Amino acid sequence: MTFLGMPPVAPPGVGHLRGADPFPVAARRALADSQLRANLGRATTTIRAKRARVVGELPDWEQLRAAGEELKTAAMAGLDEHLEQLEAQVTARGGMVHWARDAAEASDIVAGLVLAAGATEAVKVKSLATDEIGLNDALAARGITAWETDLAELIVQLGADRPSHILVPAIHRNRAEIREIFLREMGDVDPGLTDDPAALAEAARLHLRRKFLSAKVGISGANFAIAETGTLCVVESEGNGRMCLTLPDTLITVMGIEKVLPTWASLEVFLQLLPRSSTGERMNPYTSMWTGVTQGDGPQRFHLVLLDNGRTAALASGTGRAALHCIRCSACLNVCPVYERAGGHAYGSVYPGPIGAILSPQLTGVEENASLPYASTLCGACYEVCPVKIDIPSILVDLRARHVEAARREHHVPGPEAITMAAASWVMASGPRYRTAQRAARLGRLLGRGGKIRRLPPPLSAWTAVRDAPVPPPETFREWWARRAQAGALPGSGTGTGTTISTGGSPGRSEDDVTGGTSNEPA
Amino acid sequence: MRISLFVTCLADTLFPEVGQATVTLLERLGHQVDFPAAQGCCGQMHVNTGYQRAALPLVRQYVEVFSGADVVVTPSGSCAGSVRHQHAMVARRLGDEQLARRAEAVAARTYELSELLTDVLGVEDVGAYYPHRVTYHPTCHSLRLLGVGDRPLRLLRQVAGLQLTELPEAASCCGFGGTFAVKNADTSAAMLADKMQHVLSTRAEVCTAGDSSCLMHIGGGLSRLRSGVRTVHLAQILASTQAAAPAAAAGGAP
Repeated sequence: MTFLGMPPVAPPGVGHLRGADPFPVAARRALADSQLRANLGRATTTIRAKRARVVGELPDWEQLRAAGEELKTAAMAGLDEHLEQLEAQVTARGGMVHWARDAAEASDIVAGLVLAAGATEAVKVKSLATDEIGLNDALAARGITAWETDLAELIVQLGADRPSHILVPAIHRNRAEIREIFLREMGDVDPGLTDDPAALAEAARLHLRRKFLSAKVGISGANFAIAETGTLCVVESEGNGRMCLTLPDTLITVMGIEKVLPTWASLEVFLQLLPRSSTGERMNPYTSMWTGVTQGDGPQRFHLVLLDNGRTAALASGTGRAALHCIRCSACLNVCPVYERAGGHAYGSVYPGPIGAILSPQLTGVEENASLPYASTLCGACYEVCPVKIDIPSILVDLRARHVEAARREHHVPGPEAITMAAASWVMASGPRYRTAQRAARLGRLLGRGGKIRRLPPPLSAWTAVRDAPVPPPETFREWWARRAQAGALPGSGTGTGTTISTGGSPGRSEDDVTGGTSNEPA
Repeated sequence: MRISLFVTCLADTLFPEVGQATVTLLERLGHQVDFPAAQGCCGQMHVNTGYQRAALPLVRQYVEVFSGADVVVTPSGSCAGSVRHQHAMVARRLGDEQLARRAEAVAARTYELSELLTDVLGVEDVGAYYPHRVTYHPTCHSLRLLGVGDRPLRLLRQVAGLQLTELPEAASCCGFGGTFAVKNADTSAAMLADKMQHVLSTRAEVCTAGDSSCLMHIGGGLSRLRSGVRTVHLAQILASTQAAAPAAAAGGAP
């Protein structure tokens, strides 16, 4: 279904693209959790340093980024053709391709395939797409148990928790918390388990090995698909993905349509960009590639589910479509000062951090994730590290404009913020009006005590909750300039007037701290 | 050289000493400073809050006021960033291609203060004297939008008497972000807390930067803590001389 010819967004009520609360509310909750703050700070600091080290080794890193951006831009421009070519190639190699408009359709397809294989259990490779559509819940509703096999995903699943990071879904947990979850939920674990990382990994290994050997169906996502060969590619660190991709008889891969690349050769660029940006490794330990079905080797039935779920809508958005270039490395999360404090859950979506703030609202429609584009200071650290050069700050600004424009169309009466913005523009675009407003602002001096304002009315009370505000000065700059011109120091005389400068710092200006050069200006 | 000053609405209204320092500094270096009184705001707050339509008159105003200028200087990395990266975009988005092209031309002649000094005027030692222990916070837009790099540090290193101390995690955002500080007040406060901790760890008397907005944020927090650390704009430090030292040393109340 389309509205006025616009492609549909991801429908509500299913999957994990929308949070229960707007970002500021969810972030407030997370910020109060000092354990979470400590875990996140430690983890992001470590991974930032690792990435910086391995990126710094490559003299052609900037050229690689530029190549990644160009390849993705070209891939999006011909997406329809690449997808059809991919379908033809996968089919020719013995696989089967399914098209899913949205989350519900994709989950229905997967559930049907699992049941058709005669299974009630499946092992899963870590996959954001399947988490986006809420696949595990949809399968459970049909009596199918999906076992997460990525160590961090397993921790999240056992803890009845939500992932909080693209690469490290359990980044918000420390090893003591993980030990508790294993002891409580695994059932078959040694009660003497310590929180030594090697011991925790061994416990998970023993637990998972039984699942790998018994499962008839594996479910995965995909990092890349190559149109010209019909090859799928999964990049991982643990080898558990390789087990899921090779041991079961049936393999089902759910992949967003934006992951397709036209040529095999482009992997050369992305397989350099991804591990260095993601885990801070020169090369990831396991890169699995498969093309259709190979008789007598690996899964004998292969299904590829191509997922839209709002991607075509994002593709149609112009400025915002670059969000679809994302290769899910999570470098932007690790450098984001907002993510580092608030954590991934505050974003309410399987895609957290800066990339989530531009991707989720485009997949769901901006109105349904309206707080996310504002969950950024626009500091630009994300853009600096993005391996495919997605200009996240500019897309955030564009989404804010789209949100404001949508609100303007919807509500005929502008809200207080819209009125303030319109008034500020009207005032500041005119010299006389601006000067009058500045004189009015000087009334703020009445609020000052000891050179600072300690309390302001809402909404500015949010500022003065933890910060003092400056007292408006007795004289604005333009008043000073006019007075100086009148006093004879003609503006632009270029004589080097040696004006006395007060270095009175903001905002602690004392009331009698006369600014500007009154004392030794030439008369 | 004849230099037109875009003082920024924030410095004009709340921190006139920053504009005054910019004038003093440039005149001391032998240049003519011109302040076109018809100027207003760059419109960044509007654009970054989503109100591009309301920003359009401000973009037009900036272009009209400064289109005749040889060179425009502004004591703000953020406002220079807005002029260079947003003005043409806003005009284009709202269908005014002619304005967009004029905006690009003016933007190409608009410089943040440290860029003007080092790149255009070719000076690093501005003859300043500032006998204080100072740490420098590179504001996000000057660092990543403009790419000023170490220009402000090169200028500060030449200031007589100034003891420069390195700020840990310097490139991390202070949490201001315009309306972010109000819309996401809790996250902003958490970022500010970490920034202040780093500033205090340097045992500097003064934290400086090239943006009054970030300094208002950091300084507002330091003031609330009664930390005794002042925030002073880069222009004010560079404008201070031995002759003006008494005023410089007095500074503002912490």
